[in-house]
Amino acid sequence: MNSSNNIALECRNITKTFGSVVANKNVNLSVKKGEILSILGENGSGKTTLMNMISGIYFPDEGSILVDGKEVTIRSPKDAFDLKIGMIHQHFKLVDVFSGTENIVLGMRNKKFNIKKAYQEIKETCDKYGFEIDLNKKIYDLSVSEKQTIEIVKVIYKGADILILDEPTAVLTPQEITKLFNVLRKMRDDGKAIIIITHKLNEVLEISDRVSVLRKGEYIGTVETKNATEQSLTEMMVGEKISLDIERSEPKNSVDRLIVKGVDCFNSDGIKVLDDISFTAKSGEILGIAGISGSGQRELLEAIAGLQKLSGGEVIYHDPKTDKEENLRNKTPIEIRNLGVRLSFVPEDRLGMGLVGNMGITDNMMLRSYKKGKSFFLQKREPKKLANKIIEDLKVVTPDANTPVRRLSGGNVQKVLVGREIAASPTVLMAAYPVRGLDINSSYTIYNLLTEQKEKGVAVIFVGEDLDVLIDLCDRILVLSGGRVTGIVDGRTTKKEELGLLMTKTKQGKEND
Amino acid sequence: MLAFLVSAIRLGMTFLLGSTGETITEKSGHLNLGTPGVMCVGAACGCYAEYLYFKAVGVFGINPVVAVILPILATLIGSALMGVIFCFLTVTLRVNQNVTGLALTTFGVGVSDFLIANTTPIFSKGSKYFTAHLSFADDLGWFGQIFFSHGILIYLAIIIALLSAFVLNKTKIGLHLRAVGENPATADAAGISVSKYRYAATCIGCGISGLGGLSFIMDYLNGNWEYCIDAIGWLAIALVIFTVWKPNLAIIGSIIFGALYIVSTYIQGFAIETKEIFKMLPYIVTVIVLLFTSIRDSKNSQPPQSLGLNYFREER
Repeated sequence: MNSSNNIALECRNITKTFGSVVANKNVNLSVKKGEILSILGENGSGKTTLMNMISGIYFPDEGSILVDGKEVTIRSPKDAFDLKIGMIHQHFKLVDVFSGTENIVLGMRNKKFNIKKAYQEIKETCDKYGFEIDLNKKIYDLSVSEKQTIEIVKVIYKGADILILDEPTAVLTPQEITKLFNVLRKMRDDGKAIIIITHKLNEVLEISDRVSVLRKGEYIGTVETKNATEQSLTEMMVGEKISLDIERSEPKNSVDRLIVKGVDCFNSDGIKVLDDISFTAKSGEILGIAGISGSGQRELLEAIAGLQKLSGGEVIYHDPKTDKEENLRNKTPIEIRNLGVRLSFVPEDRLGMGLVGNMGITDNMMLRSYKKGKSFFLQKREPKKLANKIIEDLKVVTPDANTPVRRLSGGNVQKVLVGREIAASPTVLMAAYPVRGLDINSSYTIYNLLTEQKEKGVAVIFVGEDLDVLIDLCDRILVLSGGRVTGIVDGRTTKKEELGLLMTKTKQGKEND
Repeated sequence: MLAFLVSAIRLGMTFLLGSTGETITEKSGHLNLGTPGVMCVGAACGCYAEYLYFKAVGVFGINPVVAVILPILATLIGSALMGVIFCFLTVTLRVNQNVTGLALTTFGVGVSDFLIANTTPIFSKGSKYFTAHLSFADDLGWFGQIFFSHGILIYLAIIIALLSAFVLNKTKIGLHLRAVGENPATADAAGISVSKYRYAATCIGCGISGLGGLSFIMDYLNGNWEYCIDAIGWLAIALVIFTVWKPNLAIIGSIIFGALYIVSTYIQGFAIETKEIFKMLPYIVTVIVLLFTSIRDSKNSQPPQSLGLNYFREER
């Protein structure tokens, strides 16, 4: 097994940067024929970027890729095909209005175009590996797992020997996962090299022969699965604790501010994204939300802010002024404001949802306060004062308050956004990934802002990615996995490993659809 | 009534060429709002070539075949060049398609005005060659009038429309082109060159649209230049929507559009002011069709998903 001519694909010292963000740094990787290799890593650890370079979507800045021992240049997906590399993307690459067959033959070369003959051949491939699928159905009529089947059949039919699957199980039910794994094993036994990206440790242990771990774009190491445990893999994945210096005061005069009871929510595809969520956010404390991205964090915050329609459960808010309880369920954001309920929301997508890129800081401040103006004309004085205060207090680097925020760096944009939300003197402050893409200093400015708000008696909900920060910053940490709460732990006593296990804990017993 | 039908068909085929070209372009994901300009340029190039040719050979040296082929070639080249400009801006430089298209319309109208200003704007001599038809048509009464009395461009329009429908739906090239317009990232991942397909489809589409402009002058107006081709171009774009991106449906649709557009001149008993209202009919019908397709939410009659969106592989 160890002879070098058995290696199907090898990456040497791959580096890729996007602007100033390093997505991959000196990554080494190899996969043998007849082997399933798992790639494990937290979000933003560069797994998908690496795979995109192998499949020709991106081009590496440095390093080399070897296929069958020969160095190759992959400039486009077409080159990848010619090298028999097939990728199944996390977001399916299918044309909705085409049938399954049409999608599969898309891009085929050196063959006479004959859709009927192709259909027969594809059917045979399906039978060989045991796929059950109606190839004549249009993609928009297929379920998620059927779409994935089409994707897999597509790469096999095109003759791929190296298969890359980017989080294939994220969208599947347990039964479908079992089916998928059976197919993967069959293909492995057929001599194909398979790379599978996943977050879920139990799946890694179940399906793969070896595991390679990435952390923050860097290659950590590769281990044989049979020698690995969930514990050891978690340690490799999250790494050593970096010491952080965040002052965490004890919560004072904590009262229940926001009570979430049994909230259910479906997304536009009809998939359950929030499943029976219950928790309480207290004033004067920071409640952290941990979880692999896409576990329902965004939906949860949006549900509270009135941007998502709930299908079950309720959100009760205690108004500190009137001491009354208000049910926020199915109220629009405006209604929530009119009720006197103050929720400030820092969305994940800063420029998409929070700010208007082409407008200056002053104008962006006005987006939140324009209703206060009484005259017909805009009153710029107050927002301008606020803009300048934010620039001063948070050390925003900008020529002046009228420079379009699009031109500011990510960190400064973030400061503007957080600053504006805080200026509304909220009683509940929700922040989703407020430090994403920020350097360490800006991050600390934001952490300190959140702590400051907490000390003022605000109930802060903080969705974060970095477990170290969550542990150091938050009083309590709620862990989401697959839209469900898998645990609420104390930030002062918990360990990163505990969080890691909770984050990757899949639903047991109860299975939906 | 017969004259009305014949006119409707002739004008309709102008719309048909314009919309077939635009459909091919849109199938690649390019919303080319420059089509009115492209049609102006196409018509002007054809007419200008005809003018130069007649000037060069004199009245007695005219070869009827050359007199038809030369303007058609000039039209194809001129309007395809407009397509190249559009693609260079949107594919290579990634400029916003709507802005580019509108600019191209303004530009095209200007170019055509400039070219025509350098000619004597009556091309009835050339038009004679374009509208030449087989003599037996005149013996067949109304049947011959409707089906056989037209010039070459009219039949070319129908052939092109049918051919486009066939290529789009039944061939590999068509499948790839539709994939590019629906989901360029998918097409790219499948190894299809998005840029090549977009360039090719847009240039071919513009060439065909340009022929529409030529047909308008030569067939419908009998060679009398009029400065209103851009209005026809907007209707051609509306026709694309009206026929839900299907060139074969557009054959019928174009005749309906043609009929609606000229119905005012054939209806008695209305004031001139009222008659102008009839010219709005094609647009109103289009809006109604749009309403119905969006209410029905039929996935098969929707615009290409990435229509109007530029594609850049490494965007994240």
